[in-house]
Amino acid sequence: MSERKYTKDHEWVLIEGDVATVGISEHAQEQLGDIVFIELPNAGAEFAQGAQAATVESVKAASEIYAPISGSVVEVNEALVDEPALANSDALGKGWFFKVKIGKPDELGELMDEAAYQKLVDSLD
Amino acid sequence: MADHQSDLKLTPLHALHTALGGKMVPFAGYAMPVQYPMGILKEHEHARRQAGLFDVSHMGQVRLSGDGGVTGAAAALERLVPVDVLGLAAGRQRYALFTSEAGGILDDLMITNAGDHLFVVVNAACKAQDLAHLQQHLASDCTITPLEDRALLALQGPQAAAVMGRIAPAATQLVFMSAAAIEIGGADCFVTRSGYTGEDGFEISIPAGKAEDVARLLLAEPEVAPIGLGARDSLRLEAGLCLYGHDIDISTTPVEGALVWALSKARRQDGPRPGGYPGAEVILRQLADGAPRRRVGIKPEGRAPVREGAELTDGTGRVIGQVTSGGYGPTVGGPVAMGYVESEFAKPGTALAAVVRGKPHPVAVVKLPFVPLNYYRG
Repeated sequence: MSERKYTKDHEWVLIEGDVATVGISEHAQEQLGDIVFIELPNAGAEFAQGAQAATVESVKAASEIYAPISGSVVEVNEALVDEPALANSDALGKGWFFKVKIGKPDELGELMDEAAYQKLVDSLD
Repeated sequence: MADHQSDLKLTPLHALHTALGGKMVPFAGYAMPVQYPMGILKEHEHARRQAGLFDVSHMGQVRLSGDGGVTGAAAALERLVPVDVLGLAAGRQRYALFTSEAGGILDDLMITNAGDHLFVVVNAACKAQDLAHLQQHLASDCTITPLEDRALLALQGPQAAAVMGRIAPAATQLVFMSAAAIEIGGADCFVTRSGYTGEDGFEISIPAGKAEDVARLLLAEPEVAPIGLGARDSLRLEAGLCLYGHDIDISTTPVEGALVWALSKARRQDGPRPGGYPGAEVILRQLADGAPRRRVGIKPEGRAPVREGAELTDGTGRVIGQVTSGGYGPTVGGPVAMGYVESEFAKPGTALAAVVRGKPHPVAVVKLPFVPLNYYRG
């Protein structure tokens, strides 16, 4: 069974077995505006939780994406290279960024569930 | 006027921006719309294909009248700008620069001969400083009147003239960089055919109390959509136009800033009125001998935007310049930038690298603008 969790930095993590797919939330893509370039990590790259893992360039500015959990990158979304706007139009689906092999399962407990994240977003508006 | 939550000033169109869903941000002390629900990308494309309406009421509008009429004001203003103001015919507009004693740029501005006075438009962020500068140097023979009770709208894009043709037909008689007093919807407006997008278009000075009426009249036309500061920036960048405080400032001279075209022949060494403005010695010397660095267009390879502040390096990795404006150019369909390089690297086609997040990205020096300029010259 898969479950989507969120970070306070507006990334989402979808956990399937020992692999987590990472992307940005609807709130994040709205705030960023039109996304024109995404610098993805290389497959095989290892990140500690909180390390800078990717960069999103919108028409407004460059924003860093931090690794929501520790782990090694097993796959990146090549479709974003040619069509970065997928992260706007389908942030929770086709706009995923990369997949990591979960390094420290304990860290998953620190992430927010959908309801807790929605509360955070509502508090920002 | 001040916002309750902050000390930001509001333009006469503030209520309209809010009603239109504008996302308001602080800019030069004003609450200004950075975008509307359409979004920066689509707003940019709309202004390139249709017509965009911009609120530029934060800019400073100033009326200069001289003791000797418009000629007196023109003669006085020539003491502060390297530009032929005396030769500016009634109804004509010219780009100018306030220069510093060291030859730097204090601000860039538009000067229009409005017949019996000069109409001057300066940058919002420099407004107070410019007024003090004018007072200090021109008060002895000029009356300087800040037009604080007037809004300024820009209507820009290939359909701007068709729109004006329905609302203010007289405006369509204007050519690029000319001006006329024209009544629009019962408001006494002053219209120039100019702008900051590279497209044909108009800037309309309106009494503040009538500004929303005129804006709504324009927005009711099917081609017109409101455009925020975000798209204003990408439009002007593609058009190769400088943003004061970024691409030009007190540390850059007009020659370094590639604004030699703005230095009027009449005010050059071999002209009838050479020099006679602050920093003339430096500027005229650089005009003759060249400057150590120059503003150029920068085209990054690939898709990664190169932004303001990125260092530019040569083949050996030596830093030879810096990006002053950069981002994504929606019409170009990729990243665009401009910046300063040491003059020996200023030739179009020169291969350089821009350092982005610590990594060199290949870029090329290119001729500006990035898009064709579509001005209406009659």
